[in-house]
Amino acid sequence: MEGNVFERNRRDMTLFAGLALLVAVIFLTQGSVYSLRMLVEAGCYAMIALGLTIQWGYAGLFNVGVMGFIAAGAASSVLITFPTNPDFWNSNGPQLVAMFLVKLAFSAILLWLANISGRFGVGRRLRGLLIVIAIAVAYLVLSAHMTTMAEQIEANSGWIGGLGLPVLVGWIVAGVVAGVIAWFVGKICLGLRSDYLAIATLGIAQIIKHFLKNADWLTRGTLTVSPLPWPVEMPSGGEFIMARASYLSLVAIAVVIIYLLLERAYNAPWGRMMRAIRDNETAAEAMGKNVTSRRIEIFVLGSVLMGFGGAMLIHFASIYDPSGFLDLNHTFLIWVMVILGGSGNNRGAIFGAVFVYIVWVMSEPITLALFDVIRTYGVAWFDWDPPSDFNSRALQMRVFVIGLTITLVLRFAPRGLLPERQARH
Amino acid sequence: MNDLVFFINKGLLSGMIIGSIYAMGAIGVTMIFGILRFAHFAHGDMMTLGAFVTLIIAALLASAGVVLPFPIAFAAIIPAMAVTAVLAIGLDKMFYKPLRNAGARPVVLVMASVGVTLMLQGLIRLFAGVRARDMFIDQPKDIFQIPFPGATRAVILTEPQVVLIGFTVVAVLALHLFLTRSRLGKAMRAVSDNPELARITGINTNHVVWATWIIGGGLACAAGSLLSMDVTLKPDLSFNILLPIFAATIVGGIGQPYGAIAGGFLVGFCETLAVFNWSVLLRPIQDSLWFELPRNMALVPTEYKLMVPFVILIIVLIYRPTGIFRGRVL
Repeated sequence: MEGNVFERNRRDMTLFAGLALLVAVIFLTQGSVYSLRMLVEAGCYAMIALGLTIQWGYAGLFNVGVMGFIAAGAASSVLITFPTNPDFWNSNGPQLVAMFLVKLAFSAILLWLANISGRFGVGRRLRGLLIVIAIAVAYLVLSAHMTTMAEQIEANSGWIGGLGLPVLVGWIVAGVVAGVIAWFVGKICLGLRSDYLAIATLGIAQIIKHFLKNADWLTRGTLTVSPLPWPVEMPSGGEFIMARASYLSLVAIAVVIIYLLLERAYNAPWGRMMRAIRDNETAAEAMGKNVTSRRIEIFVLGSVLMGFGGAMLIHFASIYDPSGFLDLNHTFLIWVMVILGGSGNNRGAIFGAVFVYIVWVMSEPITLALFDVIRTYGVAWFDWDPPSDFNSRALQMRVFVIGLTITLVLRFAPRGLLPERQARH
Repeated sequence: MNDLVFFINKGLLSGMIIGSIYAMGAIGVTMIFGILRFAHFAHGDMMTLGAFVTLIIAALLASAGVVLPFPIAFAAIIPAMAVTAVLAIGLDKMFYKPLRNAGARPVVLVMASVGVTLMLQGLIRLFAGVRARDMFIDQPKDIFQIPFPGATRAVILTEPQVVLIGFTVVAVLALHLFLTRSRLGKAMRAVSDNPELARITGINTNHVVWATWIIGGGLACAAGSLLSMDVTLKPDLSFNILLPIFAATIVGGIGQPYGAIAGGFLVGFCETLAVFNWSVLLRPIQDSLWFELPRNMALVPTEYKLMVPFVILIIVLIYRPTGIFRGRVL
């Protein structure tokens, strides 16, 4: 490549310097406690955006269910790290859950046997019938067990409580759970065109959220769980700055490590192969690449990062509330971060995440102030009677702006602020 | 017998009603999918938009002093369909056409439609708030009670439900005639089957695209309005109704309007029958059963209703990605 390091990275440096300036201004005007909090959340979003940018930017997979993976990760981390609930362990709850797991394992084996029965000379039709029977039996047994389990646990001990393990274990499990869900979704949809993946991820996200909202026995449903433990010293006695700063450094370290690994992967043969599949699927297939399984690979990897980021986010908030997972904040905001920052460019994803998150947080007071002006003048000049839910309506303006940003970026700057830089070999 | 009537009311009729809604939504989605080749995520919000247009026209008519022998909202649907169709074409011109002309990948169009759905959602809620509204401005809806032989309960149908079922039949017939008899309809089928071939035979693609949005937008408006007349008008349809509609589209086969109708009813019936409490039907023959009837024998708890279209979608994607009517796999 021609030009020195500075020449090549001028755009990145300018944008990141501008971002640093913005952060500095916020620190000066809003105080450190508030700004640290914003930066931690932006860091968690950066992790999630990295997950999305490898799915979309490296492999061209359209995932509209980011919220589902975040929620799944957050819920599993809560279950792993929250202190144990002695009522549950003293009741018959553990037996019920163990029985459920045994039944689940049996159903999985049954289904697997039905699925491979073709190898033992079972005909196609019979195999289909066997699979349907296996699914039906498994569903009836499991849902019946789940109903009684949920009722008894809720009656005896409220909910099953956590396992009380260290937070880092929780975060890793969060990634694993999100990855497992992604594997199932990918296995079904990734052989087909990306529209199907979009539809399926949309569905899975809604279902995960519905499940978490209604599963009182598992995660207290909408009753919320708090306080969630932190991996670092919790803030005590009003001393927020140290606690938040150490959380921030932890998040930053995680983001940097993941960033370095992803950069390495992008420039490695693996990344080159992914881009080849993205840009010309037929050619890649003709070269002997297994397109579907590579896509599953990267879809799972991206979702692992989303689950991980979701867990970091929820522990920082310290309160787990399934109604708090919104398509807007946890799917589409992240999409804006990725496509505005530049899809396929990890630096772009990080820049986009921090920048868009700051704008997003700032947009609430700005919108309210703006609409307050409209209300004042509307009342004064036109005798207008503003509706009682005026403020909550005003915030809907942000939904509109997010949608507008997506369509405008796609049309006028499809490569984003920091375009992907493809190495020429 | 009363239990049977209960089954007809709660199972069959509600399945048919929600099925008609899904069918009308899915026709639009399947035609857009077939002709423009992308999954239109803004369809749910287009339905909400159509319902609001109907409400506004009905309110205007009412304030102009128009009195009709039936609720004004029904009369307002027809002009509202026209308005929504025009709006749909406008959305296409502003947001999808530039991308198509620039040769963007289909998935970019899907993403743009997600952007459009957010914009519509934001605007509707900005101007109308999120509270529920009554589509019948101060007019009661008629409720028809059809006596059922041998039962004290009656089969219950409300006025919007009757209109909805009638409308669906008319719309399906009209669509069939349009697609098989008219020049434009045949052109649409040709473009859906093979766009390149259609273009070199001299079919005007622009007209085909317009016709697609007119049909899609008009039916979305009708479905949205009739659904909100049956219950209330709330701007929360978007993603919740999108999944069943997409499931209906894919079950029916992409690009197959008849498949979409079949798929819509299939998904609608599956949904209501899955949450239906089957022990009601078995209760009369409890004595001859070998087990104690549980209180609730629904296959799926009501709060997980959304699971049903999703599971249907997954099963179809695994075993028959072309759908029942042999649509395209994109």
